[in-house]
Amino acid sequence: MPDVNREERGLQLKEKAFKNTLVIFALLSVVVLLAIFITLLFSSMPSLKALGISFFYNKDWDPVADNFGALPFLLGTLITSFLALIISTPFSIAIALFLGEYYKKGIMAEIFKNMIDLLAGIPSVIYGFWGLFVLVPLVRSLEMKLGVAPYGVGIFTASLVLSIMILPYSVSLSRQVISMMPGHLKEAAYSLGATRLEVITKITIPYTRSGLFAGLLLALGRALGETMAVTMLIGNSHILPTGIFSAGNTMASVIANEFSEATGTVYTSALIEMGLFLFVVVTVINIIGKQVIKRFTA
Amino acid sequence: MKQQQINKESETTGAMLRHIRIRNRKNYLFKALIIGATVMCTLPLLFILFYIFRQGFTAINWQFFTSLPKPVGETGGGISNAIVGSILILLLSCVMAIPFGVGIGIYLSESPKSRLSYYGRLSVDVLQGIPSIVIGIIIYQWVVRPMGGFSAFSGSVALALMMLPSIVKSTEETLKLLPESLKEASLALGVPYYKTIMKVIVPTGLSGILTGVILSISRVIGETAPLLFTAFGNPFMSTDIFKPISSLPLIIFNYATSPYHDWHQLAWGASLILIVIILILNIISKIVQRKWKVQF
Amino acid sequence: MESTILKTRNFNAFYGENHVLKNINIDIDKNSVWAIMGPSGCGKTTFIRCINRMHELTPNAHVQGSMQLAEEEVYEMNPVLLRRKVGMVFQRPNPFPTMSIYENVIAGYSLNGIKLNRKEKDEIVETSLQRAALWNEVKDTLHKKGSFLSGGQQQRLCIARALSMNPEILLLDEATSALDPISTAKIEELIYELSTQFTIMMVTHNMQQAARVSNKTAFFYLGELIEADATKTIFTNPKNEKTQDYIRGHFG
Ligand SMILES: Nc1ncnc2c1ncn2[C@@H]1O[C@H](COP(=O)(O)OP(=O)(O)OP(=O)(O)O)[C@@H](O)[C@H]1O
Ligand SMILES: [Mg+2]
Repeated sequence: MPDVNREERGLQLKEKAFKNTLVIFALLSVVVLLAIFITLLFSSMPSLKALGISFFYNKDWDPVADNFGALPFLLGTLITSFLALIISTPFSIAIALFLGEYYKKGIMAEIFKNMIDLLAGIPSVIYGFWGLFVLVPLVRSLEMKLGVAPYGVGIFTASLVLSIMILPYSVSLSRQVISMMPGHLKEAAYSLGATRLEVITKITIPYTRSGLFAGLLLALGRALGETMAVTMLIGNSHILPTGIFSAGNTMASVIANEFSEATGTVYTSALIEMGLFLFVVVTVINIIGKQVIKRFTA
Repeated sequence: MKQQQINKESETTGAMLRHIRIRNRKNYLFKALIIGATVMCTLPLLFILFYIFRQGFTAINWQFFTSLPKPVGETGGGISNAIVGSILILLLSCVMAIPFGVGIGIYLSESPKSRLSYYGRLSVDVLQGIPSIVIGIIIYQWVVRPMGGFSAFSGSVALALMMLPSIVKSTEETLKLLPESLKEASLALGVPYYKTIMKVIVPTGLSGILTGVILSISRVIGETAPLLFTAFGNPFMSTDIFKPISSLPLIIFNYATSPYHDWHQLAWGASLILIVIILILNIISKIVQRKWKVQF
Repeated sequence: MESTILKTRNFNAFYGENHVLKNINIDIDKNSVWAIMGPSGCGKTTFIRCINRMHELTPNAHVQGSMQLAEEEVYEMNPVLLRRKVGMVFQRPNPFPTMSIYENVIAGYSLNGIKLNRKEKDEIVETSLQRAALWNEVKDTLHKKGSFLSGGQQQRLCIARALSMNPEILLLDEATSALDPISTAKIEELIYELSTQFTIMMVTHNMQQAARVSNKTAFFYLGELIEADATKTIFTNPKNEKTQDYIRGHFG
């Protein structure tokens, strides 16, 4: 009898310990996220205090003179990301239609789906490396033809590689959304004699609009924070970009280049503030994107 | 009168037919466009793979795997330090990420509707989206600064943090699909809850969980940004987890952006190895998913 | 002499606000086969899930009143230890898909960390499979996965798994409803044979089945226990009108 009691108590203890461990793990995921935010916020304090809002409109970044303006990087980030988005969107929708509408099943779908997945699997640093040796010369000759300074590296090159890199992210969502399109809606249109093109442009795209938009948002979220390939290809210039062929820097690339060598509290803190900014923007974009998707699938 | 009507009809029919022909032609053109665009997008992939295989093969030989990088000016040398470093960092990350990831995944699938699950899921989603460079900053603040220097350990923490979300998600998704009857069968035998989870539920979902783990490894194995200010890199062989350490992506970055041809060669070789490892991991994950799938 | 193994007094069960078992008073005698009958939704499953406390695994589910297993208050026991004394077989066969037939049978021991040597294990596996009338069919494939068996064989494997623990009561919830007639017949036969050693409570919608294999029948209606008596009495001379209607096929 006492044996059973001891066994009982042991069991109860273990069950409780197990359940509590799981709860602690789950709590930890929330705590880690909050801690990340708080760490970023606190580490940005010196810069937030010293520079205030001018950080975002000051166009000079001169650590030697203790002058920290993030405008060039802010612009660099926005231009590269949106340019990449503009380049990749038509393709991503085309592929989404290919995989979600024209070739939903079969060998073609398998091949291309795997290829796109593979595209997502190639490390950023390899995209950058490849870009340096293959894309940069090509862009350089293009720039010579266009009569702009032929650096080869610059915002355009970075965007080009970025557009390839973000493609899989928008494709995977758009494809799901398009293939989820209810069949009866399309059939109704077909029965009225519409061609496939008409069904796609008049039924499928309008119907899946919000889902496609979410796909773009998530791709944008990726593009904003993408670091290595951009760092290797954008030319690392602190000067305000003057056009898409000029060299520049994104916030991520400045952090990558300067963080480990930054001396001085405000300098480091200014870099972290950019990290905080990236974190907040990307998180907001992701949450909106996920919300849109949730509403679409619900 | 009748004749007139028929004439008119055939006229409109003709117009309609022409209209239909145009619409059909547009339809085919569009399909061709879609196929063209899709094929075009896979070209960069083929191009990149081809280029890396061509460049990489000339760089790889036995010495490449066994020796250290040579100083500037000397040809040859290898990347053994980076290979060892990558393996060490990833092993450590797995040790850290797998228990937490699987644990959180179990919690989410076991209490799918609790408030903690809602916030946990949200946090994991947000974590997954955090730019890798920001992870680098965070781990620098959390680990590198308090420990007083760059280290393999800090790099592992960074990668573990990046692996976590996908392990959580694959675990949750796998376990959610298991039938409730499985758990009931075990509980009804008088198996305690924790043993039911660890000895029945997790083993039954093992293939899915393992697939998730393998994919998460393949995703972080090429991550460079979070290692820049954590593992940092090291030109020498090191197995000390509290010292800076090299890794494949770091060596690619450092040598790719250097001005020396010999180093570029090493970087191509490292890229090839990295790509091959990623391909193999992806294939393994597919095999695990198919072959180990538990049949009910 | 008849001795009571399970006894409930004013027993109630709820799903949140939903009161699904109302004041159940029943005495289950040892080594008998009880058929639990009643129209769909009347609380049969709930009742037998209360006996091994699986009921409380449903969020917000709770109970009131007394239920005693061999004189011990069920709701004061540790549910895990209780479940080792009460075997349960579900509507759909649910062998552990990762385990072989052999491992399935001794799962109650291995999962609970009860150490046995090879010989003991072999013995338990063989007797349990014999009792479940499955031994002859699987004795050469003991190390194959249980999920390769037919539905009827899987169900008998689950019975063997439950029997291996030597339960004081075996609960079956429509255990044959997902099976073909031949497998059903085999399991009925098996239940009949087991009744010499075990107490069995089986939920069934099939009146012929109840008449064939049970010696006692309990009739539930809208969460109440309407009548519990010898099966013969229930089928030939029920006291309650509702039981009569049900037996004659007027509802359910
Ligand atoms: N998980 C649950 N949550 C809330 N209510 C439930 C739940 N399960 C069952 N109920 C309710 O409890 C009542 C009894 O259900 P129970 O499953 O015990 O019926 P049953 O007699 O086994 O029916 P059947 O013959 O269809 O199996 C039903 O009215 C049902 O709606
Ligand atoms: Mg039922």
